[in-house]
Amino acid sequence: MGDNTSTPAAVALRAVSISFRLTDGGTYDAVAPTDLVVAPGEFVAIVGPTGCGKSTLLNVAAGLVLPSTGRTEVFGKPLAGLNGDSGYLFQQDALMPWKTAIDNVAVALEPKGVPRPAALERARAWLDRVGLRVFAERYPHMLSGGQKKRVALAQILIRDPTILLMDEPFGPLDAQTRQIMGNLLLDLWAQDRKAVLFVTHDLEEAIALADRVVVMSAGPAARIVGDYPVALERPRDIAEIRTEPRFHEIHKAIWAKLRGEVQKAYAQGEGRSA
Amino acid sequence: MNRWTLFALRVGVALVLLTAWHLLTAVPVGGKKLLDPFFFSTPIDVLARVWKDFYTGTIWRHLGITLLETVLAFVTGAVGGIVFGFVFARSAIVAAVFDPYIKAANALPRVVLAPIFMLWFGLGIWSKVALGFTLVFFIVFFNVYQGVREVSPTILANARMLGMNERQLLRHVYWPAALTWMFSSLHTSVGFALVGAVVGEYMGSSAGLGYKIHEAESVFDVTGVFAGMVVLAGFVIIIDMFVTAVENRLLVWRPGAQSTTAQG
Repeated sequence: MGDNTSTPAAVALRAVSISFRLTDGGTYDAVAPTDLVVAPGEFVAIVGPTGCGKSTLLNVAAGLVLPSTGRTEVFGKPLAGLNGDSGYLFQQDALMPWKTAIDNVAVALEPKGVPRPAALERARAWLDRVGLRVFAERYPHMLSGGQKKRVALAQILIRDPTILLMDEPFGPLDAQTRQIMGNLLLDLWAQDRKAVLFVTHDLEEAIALADRVVVMSAGPAARIVGDYPVALERPRDIAEIRTEPRFHEIHKAIWAKLRGEVQKAYAQGEGRSA
Repeated sequence: MNRWTLFALRVGVALVLLTAWHLLTAVPVGGKKLLDPFFFSTPIDVLARVWKDFYTGTIWRHLGITLLETVLAFVTGAVGGIVFGFVFARSAIVAAVFDPYIKAANALPRVVLAPIFMLWFGLGIWSKVALGFTLVFFIVFFNVYQGVREVSPTILANARMLGMNERQLLRHVYWPAALTWMFSSLHTSVGFALVGAVVGEYMGSSAGLGYKIHEAESVFDVTGVFAGMVVLAGFVIIIDMFVTAVENRLLVWRPGAQSTTAQG
Protein backbone atom coordinates (compact mmCIF):
# COMPACT_ATOMS: atom_id res chain seq x y z
CA MET A 1 0.00 0.00 0.00
CA GLY A 2 1.18 3.47 -0.78
CA ASP A 3 4.04 2.11 -2.87
CA ASN A 4 3.03 3.76 -6.12
CA THR A 5 5.51 3.32 -8.89
CA SER A 6 4.74 6.76 -10.33
CA THR A 7 5.80 8.81 -7.28
CA PRO A 8 8.63 7.57 -5.10
CA ALA A 9 7.84 6.88 -1.44
CA ALA A 10 8.59 9.62 1.06
CA VAL A 11 10.43 7.11 3.21
CA ALA A 12 11.15 3.51 2.30
CA LEU A 13 12.98 1.08 4.54
CA ARG A 14 14.22 -1.78 2.38
CA ALA A 15 15.13 -5.01 4.19
CA VAL A 16 16.39 -2.97 7.14
CA SER A 17 17.65 -4.97 10.11
CA ILE A 18 19.28 -3.69 13.30
CA SER A 19 21.65 -5.58 15.59
CA PHE A 20 23.48 -4.25 18.61
CA ARG A 21 26.82 -5.50 19.87
CA LEU A 22 26.56 -6.47 23.51
CA THR A 23 29.25 -5.84 26.10
CA ASP A 24 29.89 -9.58 26.46
CA GLY A 25 30.86 -9.75 22.77
CA GLY A 26 27.61 -11.25 21.49
CA THR A 27 25.07 -9.50 19.31
CA TYR A 28 21.43 -8.72 19.94
CA ASP A 29 19.17 -8.76 16.90
CA ALA A 30 16.70 -5.99 17.67
CA VAL A 31 14.87 -5.83 14.34
CA ALA A 32 14.74 -8.58 11.70
CA PRO A 33 14.90 -7.51 8.01
CA THR A 34 11.90 -5.26 7.56
CA ASP A 35 10.27 -3.40 4.67
CA LEU A 36 8.25 -0.31 5.42
CA VAL A 37 7.03 2.30 2.97
CA VAL A 38 5.38 5.64 3.71
CA ALA A 39 3.85 7.42 0.71
CA PRO A 40 3.98 11.22 0.42
CA GLY A 41 1.18 12.69 2.49
CA GLU A 42 0.45 9.42 4.24
CA PHE A 43 0.07 9.14 8.01
CA VAL A 44 1.46 5.83 9.22
CA ALA A 45 1.50 4.74 12.85
CA ILE A 46 3.70 1.95 14.20
CA VAL A 47 2.44 0.16 17.29
CA GLY A 48 4.11 -2.67 19.16
CA PRO A 49 5.01 -3.86 22.60
CA THR A 50 7.55 -1.94 24.67
CA GLY A 51 11.11 -2.60 23.59
CA CYS A 52 10.20 -4.07 20.20
CA GLY A 53 12.48 -1.72 18.31
CA LYS A 54 9.84 0.56 16.80
CA SER A 55 11.71 3.66 17.94
CA THR A 56 14.93 2.21 16.56
CA LEU A 57 13.24 1.79 13.20
CA LEU A 58 12.18 5.44 13.37
CA ASN A 59 15.75 6.46 14.15
CA VAL A 60 16.90 4.58 11.05
CA ALA A 61 14.42 6.59 8.98
CA ALA A 62 15.87 9.75 10.58
CA GLY A 63 19.43 8.68 9.87
CA LEU A 64 20.27 8.79 13.59
CA VAL A 65 20.91 5.02 13.62
CA LEU A 66 22.62 3.12 10.83
CA PRO A 67 20.91 -0.16 9.93
CA SER A 68 23.01 -3.32 10.14
CA THR A 69 21.69 -4.47 6.77
CA GLY A 70 19.36 -2.98 4.19
CA ARG A 71 18.97 0.64 3.16
CA THR A 72 16.77 3.67 3.58
CA GLU A 73 15.39 5.65 0.67
CA VAL A 74 14.00 9.15 0.92
CA PHE A 75 11.98 10.17 -2.12
CA GLY A 76 13.73 7.46 -4.10
CA LYS A 77 17.24 8.51 -3.13
CA PRO A 78 19.39 6.48 -0.76
CA LEU A 79 19.76 8.18 2.61
CA ALA A 80 23.31 9.18 3.60
CA GLY A 81 23.76 10.86 6.97
CA LEU A 82 20.83 12.54 8.66
CA ASN A 83 17.48 12.77 6.95
CA GLY A 84 17.37 16.46 6.05
CA ASP A 85 13.83 16.22 4.62
CA SER A 86 12.43 15.18 7.97
CA GLY A 87 11.44 16.79 11.22
CA TYR A 88 11.78 14.64 14.32
CA LEU A 89 9.60 15.05 17.40
CA PHE A 90 11.22 13.37 20.40
CA GLN A 91 9.50 11.75 23.33
CA GLN A 92 11.78 13.47 25.85
CA ASP A 93 12.34 17.20 26.21
CA ALA A 94 14.52 18.26 23.33
CA LEU A 95 14.19 22.05 23.57
CA MET A 96 17.29 24.04 24.43
CA PRO A 97 16.59 25.05 28.05
CA TRP A 98 18.73 28.19 27.70
CA LYS A 99 16.57 29.63 24.92
CA THR A 100 13.11 31.15 25.19
CA ALA A 101 10.24 29.52 23.32
CA ILE A 102 10.56 31.93 20.42
CA ASP A 103 14.34 31.55 20.24
CA ASN A 104 13.98 27.77 20.23
CA VAL A 105 11.66 28.03 17.24
CA ALA A 106 13.62 30.74 15.42
CA VAL A 107 16.95 28.94 15.77
CA ALA A 108 15.57 26.08 13.66
CA LEU A 109 15.77 28.42 10.67
CA GLU A 110 19.43 29.30 11.21
CA PRO A 111 20.76 26.21 9.39
CA LYS A 112 18.66 27.30 6.41
CA GLY A 113 20.38 30.69 6.41
CA VAL A 114 17.29 32.74 7.26
CA PRO A 115 18.35 36.10 8.78
CA ARG A 116 17.40 36.44 12.42
CA PRO A 117 14.76 39.20 12.19
CA ALA A 118 12.88 37.21 9.54
CA ALA A 119 13.32 34.00 11.55
CA LEU A 120 11.89 35.67 14.65
CA GLU A 121 8.91 36.95 12.71
CA ARG A 122 8.15 33.51 11.31
CA ALA A 123 8.71 31.92 14.73
CA ARG A 124 6.15 34.29 16.22
CA ALA A 125 3.65 33.29 13.56
CA TRP A 126 4.28 29.62 14.32
CA LEU A 127 3.88 30.07 18.06
CA ASP A 128 0.59 31.73 17.22
CA ARG A 129 -0.48 28.69 15.21
CA VAL A 130 0.27 26.31 18.08
CA GLY A 131 -1.54 28.65 20.50
CA LEU A 132 1.46 29.94 22.43
CA ARG A 133 1.62 33.55 21.35
CA VAL A 134 1.69 34.94 24.89
CA PHE A 135 4.34 32.43 26.02
CA ALA A 136 6.95 33.44 23.45
CA GLU A 137 9.40 34.90 25.96
CA ARG A 138 9.17 32.03 28.44
CA TYR A 139 11.95 29.54 29.03
CA PRO A 140 11.12 25.83 28.71
CA HIS A 141 11.12 25.21 32.47
CA MET A 142 8.33 27.79 32.80
CA LEU A 143 6.11 25.87 30.36
CA SER A 144 3.89 22.83 30.99
CA GLY A 145 4.56 19.49 29.31
CA GLY A 146 1.94 20.15 26.66
CA GLN A 147 3.23 23.66 25.99
CA LYS A 148 6.76 22.33 25.54
CA LYS A 149 5.45 19.85 22.98
CA ARG A 150 3.75 22.70 21.15
CA VAL A 151 7.03 24.61 21.00
CA ALA A 152 8.82 21.47 19.79
CA LEU A 153 6.15 21.01 17.12
CA ALA A 154 6.55 24.62 15.96
CA GLN A 155 10.34 24.19 15.98
CA ILE A 156 10.04 21.28 13.58
CA LEU A 157 7.25 22.56 11.35
CA ILE A 158 8.83 25.99 10.81
CA ARG A 159 11.46 24.22 8.70
CA ASP A 160 8.66 22.85 6.53
CA PRO A 161 9.91 19.27 6.33
CA THR A 162 8.24 16.87 3.90
CA ILE A 163 8.40 14.02 6.41
CA LEU A 164 7.47 14.03 10.09
CA LEU A 165 9.00 11.40 12.34
CA MET A 166 7.43 11.16 15.79
CA ASP A 167 8.63 8.97 18.62
CA GLU A 168 5.79 8.58 21.12
CA PRO A 169 5.72 12.38 21.22
CA PHE A 170 2.67 12.65 23.47
CA GLY A 171 3.67 9.74 25.71
CA PRO A 172 4.63 11.82 28.78
CA LEU A 173 1.44 13.93 28.66
CA ASP A 174 -1.81 13.41 30.55
CA ALA A 175 -4.82 11.98 28.71
CA GLN A 176 -6.61 15.29 28.05
CA THR A 177 -3.48 17.06 26.85
CA ARG A 178 -2.78 14.11 24.55
CA GLN A 179 -6.17 14.54 22.91
CA ILE A 180 -5.68 18.26 22.48
CA MET A 181 -2.21 17.72 21.03
CA GLY A 182 -3.53 14.97 18.74
CA ASN A 183 -6.18 17.30 17.35
CA LEU A 184 -3.63 20.10 16.95
CA LEU A 185 -1.35 17.73 15.07
CA LEU A 186 -4.18 16.64 12.76
CA ASP A 187 -5.19 20.26 12.13
CA LEU A 188 -1.66 21.26 11.19
CA TRP A 189 -1.17 18.12 9.15
CA ALA A 190 -4.40 18.69 7.22
CA GLN A 191 -3.13 22.07 6.00
CA ASP A 192 -0.27 20.57 4.02
CA ARG A 193 -0.17 16.82 4.18
CA LYS A 194 3.28 15.70 5.04
CA ALA A 195 4.29 12.06 5.23
CA VAL A 196 4.15 11.03 8.90
CA LEU A 197 5.69 8.07 10.66
CA PHE A 198 4.27 8.02 14.17
CA VAL A 199 5.52 5.57 16.79
CA THR A 200 3.27 4.87 19.77
CA HIS A 201 2.34 2.11 22.17
CA ASP A 202 -1.21 3.45 22.39
CA LEU A 203 -3.34 1.64 19.83
CA GLU A 204 -6.31 4.01 20.19
CA GLU A 205 -4.08 7.00 19.51
CA ALA A 206 -2.64 5.22 16.46
CA ILE A 207 -6.06 4.48 14.95
CA ALA A 208 -7.43 7.94 15.71
CA LEU A 209 -4.52 9.66 13.98
CA ALA A 210 -3.30 7.44 11.17
CA ASP A 211 -4.25 6.31 7.69
CA ARG A 212 -2.50 3.03 8.30
CA VAL A 213 -1.43 1.15 11.43
CA VAL A 214 1.58 -1.15 11.30
CA VAL A 215 1.95 -3.74 14.08
CA MET A 216 5.37 -4.94 15.16
CA SER A 217 6.09 -8.18 16.95
CA ALA A 218 7.83 -8.52 20.27
CA GLY A 219 11.62 -8.50 20.17
CA PRO A 220 14.24 -9.87 19.73
CA ALA A 221 14.28 -9.94 15.93
CA ALA A 222 11.08 -7.90 15.81
CA ARG A 223 9.28 -7.71 12.48
CA ILE A 224 6.08 -6.31 11.04
CA VAL A 225 3.27 -8.74 11.68
CA GLY A 226 0.31 -6.69 10.57
CA ASP A 227 -0.57 -3.74 8.33
CA TYR A 228 -4.08 -2.32 8.70
CA PRO A 229 -5.66 0.52 6.74
CA VAL A 230 -7.77 2.88 8.82
CA ALA A 231 -10.71 3.80 6.62
CA LEU A 232 -12.12 6.52 8.84
CA GLU A 233 -13.23 9.84 7.46
CA ARG A 234 -11.28 13.03 7.87
CA PRO A 235 -11.30 15.56 9.38
CA ARG A 236 -11.39 13.62 12.62
CA ASP A 237 -11.81 14.61 16.24
CA ILE A 238 -9.64 12.39 18.39
CA ALA A 239 -12.11 12.28 21.26
CA GLU A 240 -15.25 11.75 19.20
CA ILE A 241 -13.89 9.25 16.74
CA ARG A 242 -13.43 6.72 19.51
CA THR A 243 -17.17 6.36 19.91
CA GLU A 244 -17.76 5.34 16.28
CA PRO A 245 -18.62 1.67 15.60
CA ARG A 246 -16.11 1.57 12.72
CA PHE A 247 -13.36 2.59 15.15
CA HIS A 248 -14.22 -0.33 17.40
CA GLU A 249 -14.12 -2.82 14.53
CA ILE A 250 -10.66 -1.65 13.50
CA HIS A 251 -9.50 -1.62 17.08
CA LYS A 252 -10.76 -5.15 17.60
CA ALA A 253 -9.03 -6.45 14.49
CA ILE A 254 -5.65 -4.88 15.32
CA TRP A 255 -5.82 -5.64 19.02
CA ALA A 256 -6.36 -9.35 18.21
CA LYS A 257 -2.91 -9.27 16.64
CA LEU A 258 -1.20 -6.86 19.00
CA ARG A 259 -2.40 -8.55 22.18
CA GLY A 260 -0.45 -11.74 21.50
CA GLU A 261 2.74 -9.73 20.94
CA VAL A 262 2.26 -7.67 24.06
CA GLN A 263 1.77 -10.84 26.10
CA LYS A 264 4.88 -12.36 24.54
CA ALA A 265 6.94 -9.27 25.38
CA TYR A 266 5.53 -9.25 28.90
CA ALA A 267 6.38 -12.93 29.44
CA GLN A 268 9.92 -12.31 28.20
CA GLY A 269 10.31 -9.33 30.46
CA GLU A 270 9.20 -11.38 33.46
CA GLY A 271 11.58 -14.19 32.50
CA ARG A 272 14.49 -11.79 32.06
CA SER A 273 14.09 -10.01 35.33
CA ALA A 274 13.67 -13.27 37.29
CA MET B 1 11.80 34.43 56.67
CA ASN B 2 11.25 38.14 56.31
CA ARG B 3 14.19 39.99 54.73
CA TRP B 4 14.51 42.44 57.60
CA THR B 5 14.33 39.73 60.26
CA LEU B 6 17.09 37.90 58.46
CA PHE B 7 19.16 41.08 58.23
CA ALA B 8 18.61 41.82 61.92
CA LEU B 9 19.68 38.30 62.88
CA ARG B 10 22.81 38.56 60.76
CA VAL B 11 23.76 41.89 62.37
CA GLY B 12 22.96 40.32 65.75
CA VAL B 13 25.52 37.56 65.21
CA ALA B 14 28.19 40.16 64.42
CA LEU B 15 27.27 42.25 67.48
CA VAL B 16 27.44 39.22 69.81
CA LEU B 17 30.88 38.21 68.50
CA LEU B 18 32.25 41.77 68.61
CA THR B 19 30.89 42.33 72.12
CA ALA B 20 32.47 39.10 73.35
CA TRP B 21 35.76 40.10 71.77
CA HIS B 22 35.53 43.54 73.31
CA LEU B 23 34.68 42.24 76.80
CA LEU B 24 37.52 39.73 76.75
CA THR B 25 40.18 42.14 75.55
CA ALA B 26 39.20 45.60 76.81
CA VAL B 27 37.31 45.14 80.09
CA PRO B 28 39.43 44.11 83.08
CA VAL B 29 37.99 41.32 85.23
CA GLY B 30 39.47 41.41 88.71
CA GLY B 31 42.14 43.86 87.60
CA LYS B 32 43.26 41.65 84.69
CA LYS B 33 42.14 41.43 81.06
CA LEU B 34 41.26 37.88 80.07
CA LEU B 35 42.93 38.18 76.67
CA ASP B 36 46.05 40.23 76.14
CA PRO B 37 45.29 43.00 73.59
CA PHE B 38 48.88 42.74 72.38
CA PHE B 39 48.05 39.30 70.95
CA PHE B 40 44.34 39.73 70.25
CA SER B 41 43.93 43.48 69.70
CA THR B 42 40.46 44.93 70.38
CA PRO B 43 37.52 45.44 68.02
CA ILE B 44 37.58 49.21 68.53
CA ASP B 45 41.27 49.44 67.68
CA VAL B 46 40.76 47.29 64.61
CA LEU B 47 37.80 49.35 63.37
CA ALA B 48 39.73 52.56 64.07
CA ARG B 49 42.63 51.21 62.00
CA VAL B 50 40.33 50.24 59.12
CA TRP B 51 38.79 53.72 59.25
CA LYS B 52 42.24 55.32 59.24
CA ASP B 53 43.37 53.16 56.30
CA PHE B 54 40.42 54.35 54.22
CA TYR B 55 40.43 57.90 55.59
CA THR B 56 44.08 58.51 54.77
CA GLY B 57 43.61 56.62 51.50
CA THR B 58 46.62 54.32 51.95
CA ILE B 59 44.48 51.20 51.47
CA TRP B 60 43.14 52.09 48.02
CA ARG B 61 46.37 51.37 46.18
CA HIS B 62 46.65 47.94 47.82
CA LEU B 63 42.98 47.12 47.16
CA GLY B 64 43.37 48.17 43.55
CA ILE B 65 46.40 45.96 43.01
CA THR B 66 44.76 42.92 44.64
CA LEU B 67 41.62 43.51 42.57
CA LEU B 68 43.66 43.78 39.38
CA GLU B 69 45.51 40.54 40.16
CA THR B 70 42.25 38.76 41.00
CA VAL B 71 40.54 39.89 37.81
CA LEU B 72 43.53 38.98 35.63
CA ALA B 73 43.90 35.57 37.31
CA PHE B 74 40.20 34.88 36.90
CA VAL B 75 40.01 35.98 33.26
CA THR B 76 43.14 34.11 32.11
CA GLY B 77 42.25 31.02 34.14
CA ALA B 78 38.66 30.97 32.88
CA VAL B 79 39.66 31.46 29.24
CA GLY B 80 42.31 28.73 29.51
CA GLY B 81 39.92 26.40 31.30
CA ILE B 82 37.16 26.93 28.73
CA VAL B 83 39.46 26.36 25.74
CA PHE B 84 41.12 23.25 27.17
CA GLY B 85 37.83 21.96 28.57
CA PHE B 86 36.29 22.14 25.11
CA VAL B 87 39.26 20.50 23.39
CA PHE B 88 39.42 17.67 25.91
CA ALA B 89 35.69 17.05 25.88
CA ARG B 90 35.50 16.94 22.09
CA SER B 91 38.59 14.76 21.59
CA ALA B 92 38.61 11.45 23.44
CA ILE B 93 42.24 10.77 22.49
CA VAL B 94 43.58 14.03 23.90
CA ALA B 95 41.57 13.48 27.09
CA ALA B 96 42.85 9.92 27.51
CA VAL B 97 46.51 10.82 26.89
CA PHE B 98 46.61 13.84 29.20
CA ASP B 99 44.34 12.50 31.92
CA PRO B 100 47.10 11.42 34.39
CA TYR B 101 49.04 14.67 33.85
CA ILE B 102 45.99 16.84 34.47
CA LYS B 103 45.22 14.93 37.63
CA ALA B 104 48.81 15.13 38.85
CA ALA B 105 49.06 18.85 38.12
CA ASN B 106 45.78 19.53 39.89
CA ALA B 107 46.82 17.53 42.95
CA LEU B 108 49.95 19.69 43.42
CA PRO B 109 49.63 22.17 46.32
CA ARG B 110 49.87 25.58 44.64
CA VAL B 111 51.81 27.17 47.50
CA VAL B 112 54.93 25.28 46.43
CA LEU B 113 54.64 26.93 43.03
CA ALA B 114 54.66 30.46 44.44
CA PRO B 115 58.47 30.77 44.84
CA ILE B 116 58.99 29.35 41.32
CA PHE B 117 56.59 31.89 39.87
CA MET B 118 58.43 34.66 41.69
CA LEU B 119 61.68 33.54 40.07
CA TRP B 120 60.03 33.40 36.67
CA PHE B 121 57.74 36.43 36.76
CA GLY B 122 59.38 38.63 39.40
CA LEU B 123 57.85 40.24 42.49
CA GLY B 124 55.29 42.30 40.55
CA ILE B 125 51.69 41.37 39.85
CA TRP B 126 52.39 38.66 37.26
CA SER B 127 53.66 36.04 39.71
CA LYS B 128 50.39 36.47 41.67
CA VAL B 129 48.31 36.28 38.51
CA ALA B 130 50.14 33.04 37.62
CA LEU B 131 49.37 31.56 41.03
CA GLY B 132 45.69 32.50 40.76
CA PHE B 133 45.63 31.15 37.22
CA THR B 134 46.74 27.67 38.33
CA LEU B 135 43.86 27.62 40.83
CA VAL B 136 41.12 28.99 38.56
CA PHE B 137 42.18 27.06 35.48
CA PHE B 138 41.51 23.61 36.93
CA ILE B 139 38.15 24.50 38.45
CA VAL B 140 36.87 25.95 35.19
CA PHE B 141 38.54 23.22 33.13
CA PHE B 142 36.87 20.35 34.99
CA ASN B 143 33.49 22.06 34.96
CA VAL B 144 33.54 22.91 31.26
CA TYR B 145 34.81 19.41 30.45
CA GLN B 146 31.93 17.92 32.41
CA GLY B 147 29.42 20.36 30.94
CA VAL B 148 30.32 19.63 27.32
CA ARG B 149 30.42 15.86 27.93
CA GLU B 150 27.08 15.77 29.66
CA VAL B 151 24.98 17.67 27.16
CA SER B 152 21.64 15.88 26.95
CA PRO B 153 21.81 13.40 24.02
CA THR B 154 18.22 14.28 23.13
CA ILE B 155 18.95 18.01 22.87
CA LEU B 156 21.98 17.20 20.76
CA ALA B 157 20.10 14.80 18.47
CA ASN B 158 17.30 17.35 18.11
CA ALA B 159 19.75 20.12 17.18
CA ARG B 160 21.35 17.83 14.61
CA MET B 161 17.95 16.93 13.17
CA LEU B 162 17.26 20.66 12.83
CA GLY B 163 20.21 20.67 10.47
CA MET B 164 22.81 22.40 12.64
CA ASN B 165 26.42 22.07 11.57
CA GLU B 166 29.34 21.76 14.00
CA ARG B 167 29.74 25.51 14.36
CA GLN B 168 26.04 26.03 15.09
CA LEU B 169 26.04 23.12 17.56
CA LEU B 170 28.97 24.73 19.33
CA ARG B 171 27.20 28.07 19.54
CA HIS B 172 23.69 26.92 20.45
CA VAL B 173 24.28 23.70 22.38
CA TYR B 174 27.82 23.04 23.62
CA TRP B 175 28.70 26.59 24.56
CA PRO B 176 25.59 27.36 26.68
CA ALA B 177 25.86 23.94 28.34
CA ALA B 178 29.51 24.54 29.22
CA LEU B 179 28.76 28.07 30.45
CA THR B 180 26.13 26.75 32.83
CA TRP B 181 28.68 24.53 34.47
CA MET B 182 31.26 27.27 34.51
CA PHE B 183 28.87 29.64 36.24
CA SER B 184 27.91 26.99 38.75
CA SER B 185 31.56 27.13 39.85
CA LEU B 186 31.90 30.89 39.48
CA HIS B 187 31.81 31.66 43.20
CA THR B 188 34.49 29.07 43.86
CA SER B 189 36.74 30.15 41.02
CA VAL B 190 36.52 33.88 41.79
CA GLY B 191 37.30 33.07 45.41
CA PHE B 192 40.33 31.05 44.36
CA ALA B 193 41.54 33.84 42.08
CA LEU B 194 41.56 36.08 45.16
CA VAL B 195 43.29 33.41 47.26
CA GLY B 196 46.01 33.11 44.61
CA ALA B 197 46.54 36.87 44.59
CA VAL B 198 46.65 37.30 48.38
CA VAL B 199 48.86 34.23 49.01
CA GLY B 200 51.23 35.42 46.29
CA GLU B 201 51.41 38.89 47.84
CA TYR B 202 51.90 37.41 51.25
CA MET B 203 54.89 35.41 50.09
CA GLY B 204 56.69 38.26 48.41
CA SER B 205 55.60 41.61 47.04
CA SER B 206 55.56 45.32 47.75
CA ALA B 207 51.84 46.01 47.42
CA GLY B 208 48.41 44.45 47.84
CA LEU B 209 46.27 43.28 50.76
CA GLY B 210 48.45 40.20 51.30
CA TYR B 211 51.47 42.47 51.55
CA LYS B 212 49.67 44.74 54.04
CA ILE B 213 48.89 41.78 56.30
CA HIS B 214 52.39 40.36 56.01
CA GLU B 215 53.93 43.75 56.76
CA ALA B 216 51.85 44.09 59.93
CA GLU B 217 52.70 40.56 61.03
CA SER B 218 56.42 41.14 60.68
CA VAL B 219 56.29 43.95 63.29
CA PHE B 220 53.83 42.12 65.62
CA ASP B 221 51.15 44.65 64.73
CA VAL B 222 48.16 42.39 65.49
CA THR B 223 45.71 45.27 65.02
CA GLY B 224 47.12 45.77 61.50
CA VAL B 225 46.70 42.06 60.72
CA PHE B 226 43.09 42.07 61.86
CA ALA B 227 42.40 45.31 60.01
CA GLY B 228 43.79 43.72 56.83
CA MET B 229 41.58 40.68 57.32
CA VAL B 230 38.48 42.86 57.86
CA VAL B 231 39.17 44.76 54.63
CA LEU B 232 39.78 41.45 52.84
CA ALA B 233 36.51 40.00 54.14
CA GLY B 234 34.55 43.08 53.02
CA PHE B 235 36.28 42.92 49.64
CA VAL B 236 35.28 39.23 49.23
CA ILE B 237 31.65 39.95 50.08
CA ILE B 238 31.46 42.77 47.54
CA ILE B 239 33.03 40.59 44.83
CA ASP B 240 30.65 37.76 45.68
CA MET B 241 27.63 40.06 45.40
CA PHE B 242 28.87 41.15 42.00
CA VAL B 243 29.26 37.51 40.92
CA THR B 244 25.74 36.70 42.10
CA ALA B 245 24.37 39.61 40.09
CA VAL B 246 26.19 38.44 36.94
CA GLU B 247 25.01 34.87 37.53
CA ASN B 248 21.37 35.84 37.94
CA ARG B 249 21.55 37.85 34.77
CA LEU B 250 23.16 35.10 32.64
CA LEU B 251 21.39 32.05 34.02
CA VAL B 252 17.90 33.52 33.91
CA TRP B 253 16.66 30.43 32.04
CA ARG B 254 17.53 28.05 34.84
CA PRO B 255 14.72 26.67 37.02
CA GLY B 256 14.72 28.54 40.32
CA ALA B 257 17.17 31.16 39.08
CA GLN B 258 14.61 33.94 38.89
CA SER B 259 13.03 33.15 42.24
CA THR B 260 15.96 34.91 43.90
CA THR B 261 15.66 37.97 41.68
CA ALA B 262 11.87 38.08 41.77
CA GLN B 263 11.98 38.82 45.47
CA GLY B 264 14.44 41.68 45.26
